[in-house]
Amino acid sequence: MVISHLIKKQTYFDSVTLMLIGSQVKKLPGIDSTVVGMCTDYNIDSLKRLDMYQSVFDGLTPNDLIICIRAADQKTADAGIAEVEKRLSTRQKQSGSVELPPSTQEGAAARLPDANMVLISVPGEYAAREAELALNNGRHVMLFSDNVSIEEELRLKTIGVSKELLVMGPDCGTAIINGTPLAFANAVRSGNIGLVAASGTGLQEVTSTIHRLGSGISQAIGVGGRDLSEKIGGKMTLLATRALAEDPATKVIVLLSKPPAESVLKSLYAELKGISKKIVIYFIGADPKTIEEQGFVAAKNLEDAAIKACDLSSGKQHKPEFSDAQITAMAADGKMSGKYLRGLYSGGTLCDEAQRILQPIVVEISSNTPVKGCKEMADVYTSTGHCIIDLGDDNFTRGKAHPMIDPAYRSERLEKEIADPEAGLILFDVVLGYGSHLDMASEMVAAIQLGRKKSGRQPLLAACICGTHEDPQNYERQKAILEEAGVKVFPTNVAMVRFGQLCLEGNK
Amino acid sequence: MLKDFFGKKIKVINLGISSFADDLIKQGVETIHTEWRPPAGGNKKIQALLTKVSNWQSKVTSAKGAR
Amino acid sequence: MLIDIQQANASAVAAIQATQPILKGIGTAIDVVPGMKKNLVLHAGPPIKWGAMSGPLRGAVIGALIYEGLAKTPEEAEKLAASDKVEYAPWHEHDGVGPMAGVGTASMPVWILENKTNGSKTFCTLNEGLGKVLRYGAYSEEVIVRLKWIETVLAPILKAAIPLAPEINLKNMIAQALQMGDEVHNRNKAATSLLIRELAPAVVKTDFPTADKAKVLEFMHSNDHFFLNLSMPACKMMLQAAEWIEGSTIVTTMCRNGTEFGIRVAGLKDRWFTGPALIVKGLLFPGFSEEDCNPDIGDSAITETCGLGGFSMAAAPAIVKFVGGTVNDAMNFTRKMYEITDGESQAFQIPTMEFRGSPLGINLLKVCEKNILPQINTGIAHKKAGVGQVGAGLVNPPMKCFEDALEAYVEKYCKDE
Repeated sequence: MVISHLIKKQTYFDSVTLMLIGSQVKKLPGIDSTVVGMCTDYNIDSLKRLDMYQSVFDGLTPNDLIICIRAADQKTADAGIAEVEKRLSTRQKQSGSVELPPSTQEGAAARLPDANMVLISVPGEYAAREAELALNNGRHVMLFSDNVSIEEELRLKTIGVSKELLVMGPDCGTAIINGTPLAFANAVRSGNIGLVAASGTGLQEVTSTIHRLGSGISQAIGVGGRDLSEKIGGKMTLLATRALAEDPATKVIVLLSKPPAESVLKSLYAELKGISKKIVIYFIGADPKTIEEQGFVAAKNLEDAAIKACDLSSGKQHKPEFSDAQITAMAADGKMSGKYLRGLYSGGTLCDEAQRILQPIVVEISSNTPVKGCKEMADVYTSTGHCIIDLGDDNFTRGKAHPMIDPAYRSERLEKEIADPEAGLILFDVVLGYGSHLDMASEMVAAIQLGRKKSGRQPLLAACICGTHEDPQNYERQKAILEEAGVKVFPTNVAMVRFGQLCLEGNK
Repeated sequence: MLKDFFGKKIKVINLGISSFADDLIKQGVETIHTEWRPPAGGNKKIQALLTKVSNWQSKVTSAKGAR
Repeated sequence: MLIDIQQANASAVAAIQATQPILKGIGTAIDVVPGMKKNLVLHAGPPIKWGAMSGPLRGAVIGALIYEGLAKTPEEAEKLAASDKVEYAPWHEHDGVGPMAGVGTASMPVWILENKTNGSKTFCTLNEGLGKVLRYGAYSEEVIVRLKWIETVLAPILKAAIPLAPEINLKNMIAQALQMGDEVHNRNKAATSLLIRELAPAVVKTDFPTADKAKVLEFMHSNDHFFLNLSMPACKMMLQAAEWIEGSTIVTTMCRNGTEFGIRVAGLKDRWFTGPALIVKGLLFPGFSEEDCNPDIGDSAITETCGLGGFSMAAAPAIVKFVGGTVNDAMNFTRKMYEITDGESQAFQIPTMEFRGSPLGINLLKVCEKNILPQINTGIAHKKAGVGQVGAGLVNPPMKCFEDALEAYVEKYCKDE
């Protein structure tokens, strides 16, 4: 093994671009490890951990780019570096047309003075100041960045409320504003359902389902996972709901969130009661009765939230896309080769939902993000018993791109689960839409085939596709690729989890 | 008012992940991507000094406003 | 203390814009340069002692001491230079500038520029041409002979000609040259031609032998950089107008002595902030390698400080060939400089950019915040005294200058925030 490296001082690329290129180049034959990143403490640690650190890296700063490759021989390592450079330069050419792109928000604003939305995905420590600058200039903010403190969030949202500007986030991955999907969002038709959500994949699942059921969206506003906490007090949820209440294009309002803090709940209910439009609420994990008692429509799960919203939107009754009889029939021929179920999720809220549905039925479920009643996994990298794992959680994404973009780790894990004689059924999600990987189905199928070939095992496989036929990935093709490989494909997570439940019961 | 913003064409400044801008441009949304870099090249000492300057300047601005 | 930096900087930029540098005449350094003394050697860049000087600067000092008759041989000159009998000071502290080594001594003739708006003056020696010249550290007999010819023939003729010529407003001349493909740092071909056009009839009208007058015109014509020694003091004059505006973060000086790069800032009176001068990256003449290059040297970065040179590269795309770049690269160098400047020149316009004013008024805070360093276009000196120019290319100041200046600024104005 040899290690080759290239340092490019004062050269900045965003982390996603770098991580994706690193992960693509790692797949080339003969390449053992790649580190492609800015010289942050984290990447330096990675280099040390991988035993690839060189003394010449001393004194580099987070503004310097490092490409480091370990490969079977010098030629392969050098070719790997050349490949990274090639991919980086294509990247630059695509984004840097004739005109030099601006390097600051002010510079960008000078070019597009009537910009009304700033989409921020810079490292967390810098995100708040960019957001504040945007708000001070009267622009709405979508804050994809995480690692923004709750104090900063409060300050930003206070400014936002005073100026009636959206502050979507921090850590907000999904929004559809004025018909435009932002960051990770699906292409859905316009309609009269307005959503406010503290969950990204939850919002994707509900908006996609609404679209497939035939209705449409006026706005899908993300508010970030902490908005309904005591400290933030639901500032954005209240602002957004109020605006949807006054929006003539919106007929039905859907609210998705973890259960709000007790103190926030009161003011939220008070506000909602003043709204004459129909309101569907899904507080994930809360008892629907407490919501119904307040006079709102309560949903049982994400699919149910979509169905209820469509009912109210059109005045017609909607049914789940897959009937229970249909799912039961699909499960009838499902013989599990091992005792346990494994869920490999890229969507956090979907992982959460799966645990909540199965937890009352299955004796013991472990997760890296356990809900009430589930167990914390002892080792998140090794499954034992029933495991439902959120691969988008921090411990899997530090220094790597999210599994919705980069399938590398999920592929590896899928192979490993297939080879585990204890695993009888593996569930996973395929999230389509803007932002997501362009062909996740093929990536998953490649891993499945490799796993089957290596281990000779054939556990049951089921997938749900979160997306619409308008998404850039081609829904039907994704479905066909999965089905051809023997994967049972479901339109919603709820349907897939129901299938899992029936399989487990049938195999008892 | 926020409700007045609904229904308008959105025009986006993108800071950070460039594929977000690519997706928007593909959809025909007027978007400008910024080759954002960490302020002061990530140099904490310079950042701290600049913060002092900007704190001082906000005082200057508010003192002027008060006059 | 309450100072609005934006306002202070706006005043600084306005002062630069208001300056009108006129070619006033020619004088002898000892008579006209403030503080000039027999034993004083003025040099390019921030202050430096003999021991720290690089090859070209040492060579130029040796040559100047021989030229002044203070030493007979290079050995004698070197000994004298190292003693406390010779004093050194930056040209910048004596209202002047010097290209490359930039050495100026008492007997040398200097251009005199005057600010039409307030009568202030700046100075610069006359350009000696290419090849073995003092500014690259050469001190052989031919160098001294040429310096004497400049003193006894060139300077007196031009001195007599200037009053006979129409008033030469150097700012206007630079503005015209910019429309003709110069950036007046690394390319002065158009500006030199314009100057000759103005001066030639006047030279002919003077009462000197025809052979001498012809030689003067030939000399000017043979040297594309003849105008550099006028663009530099013109820029110096404009920037001096911004000194020392309280609270302003506009950079008023960037210069190098071959060892260190130094900057000064309008709101930090008389203070130098230095860091190691870097190696210029660019195209080397055949037979030379990077090994031969001296670190960055000369006061000519005063042009960039004034929005010309590298800042106006879009006006002189021919220059970008030095670094193997494209015309679009030249445009991008200029575009990038708008990110660190507070104003746009009213006088200097860039034709290829819809006649946009060149980026003017480097703001220390923007340099630090955006981590974008000023872009300098420059010649490369051989590190050995007297070999001459080995190429030309691009270079930046070291970040340290700006970091230290920012620290001093905070210390002076807002350390308790």
